[in-house]
Amino acid sequence: MKCHDYKDLMMGYLDDELSMEQRGRFEEHIAGCGDCAKEFEEFKKLKAITDEVALVEPEDKLWEDYWGSIYNRIERGVGWILMSVAGILLLIYGGFKLIEEIVKDPSHVMTLKLGLLGLIAGLAIMFVSVLRERLYFWKKDRYRDIRR
Amino acid sequence: MSLCQEEILAMRRCRRGSKGAFELFVRKYMKEAYFIALGLVGNREDAMDLSQEAFVRAYRNIKQLNPQRRFFPWFYQILKNLCFSHLRKRRRRQTSSLDATDCPEVGAVDDSFEPEVIADRNETKKAVWKAIARLDDKHREVIILRHFRNLSYEQMAEALFCNKGTVTSRLYYARKRLKELLGSGKGGCINEVS
Repeated sequence: MKCHDYKDLMMGYLDDELSMEQRGRFEEHIAGCGDCAKEFEEFKKLKAITDEVALVEPEDKLWEDYWGSIYNRIERGVGWILMSVAGILLLIYGGFKLIEEIVKDPSHVMTLKLGLLGLIAGLAIMFVSVLRERLYFWKKDRYRDIRR
Repeated sequence: MSLCQEEILAMRRCRRGSKGAFELFVRKYMKEAYFIALGLVGNREDAMDLSQEAFVRAYRNIKQLNPQRRFFPWFYQILKNLCFSHLRKRRRRQTSSLDATDCPEVGAVDDSFEPEVIADRNETKKAVWKAIARLDDKHREVIILRHFRNLSYEQMAEALFCNKGTVTSRLYYARKRLKELLGSGKGGCINEVS
């Protein structure tokens, strides 16, 4: 084994994750390898100073309010979905009624009516095309059944 | 690793939409989530906001979690993705704002890493915290999980969806980079430790 192959054992030794047999193997290696012994000493010092860095614990009040904040976000999320769905439905209905009125009203010129109908037909074609494309890629997605 | 009975039951109720059951997961992992986010993004407000947002997303997508799997590793993926995406946006903002003022220096990731989040602040600890902020995302991640959350290699492998060999390898390169940043030569931070 080369020195590089001992890097896993070196980390395991530092973090106390090795079996007795692995510890013995690593100790045996650094006893005969000055470079690895030096590197190991530096890692030990680094671990010592890194372990001393502790993060500030927030006030208890923050933990008490933590779940409340999440609950509110979840609830608001449901509200947003309902509002968006209702908004879209109302817009579709309103748009449909408006177009119906324009088409039925004889005072409007034929060009406007044809233009509107063309716009709706174009939008419908685009929508169906995007939907078909999405469906096609979804069916071909190799990872769609992977559950974590 | 076996799942505890309490988590299995709570998971079943969560999948049926119970917010009360989800509260159990939040209370159990909120500190873990906050401190990991704090380690990854470096300031308290963002860490609080991102950790809470991760729980909200976990609740909305709880049905995607295989009931035989533990909650935390799955949740950790959501949290980590949110934090990294937040960091990417922050870096882009810093870069574009600096570009606008014709500054030759590109904003470093540690610009937003507040020293105030460290409990005891002396020069060495501040230097360590700054060096951690300058690590790559995947290297910072393993340092945070190991040093600040005390996760074992097995728990880290589960959270990172990789094997223990990858964990040790990432730790090795993360620490090596940290050592370079802190300076292991004469006058470097590491040599101050007896």
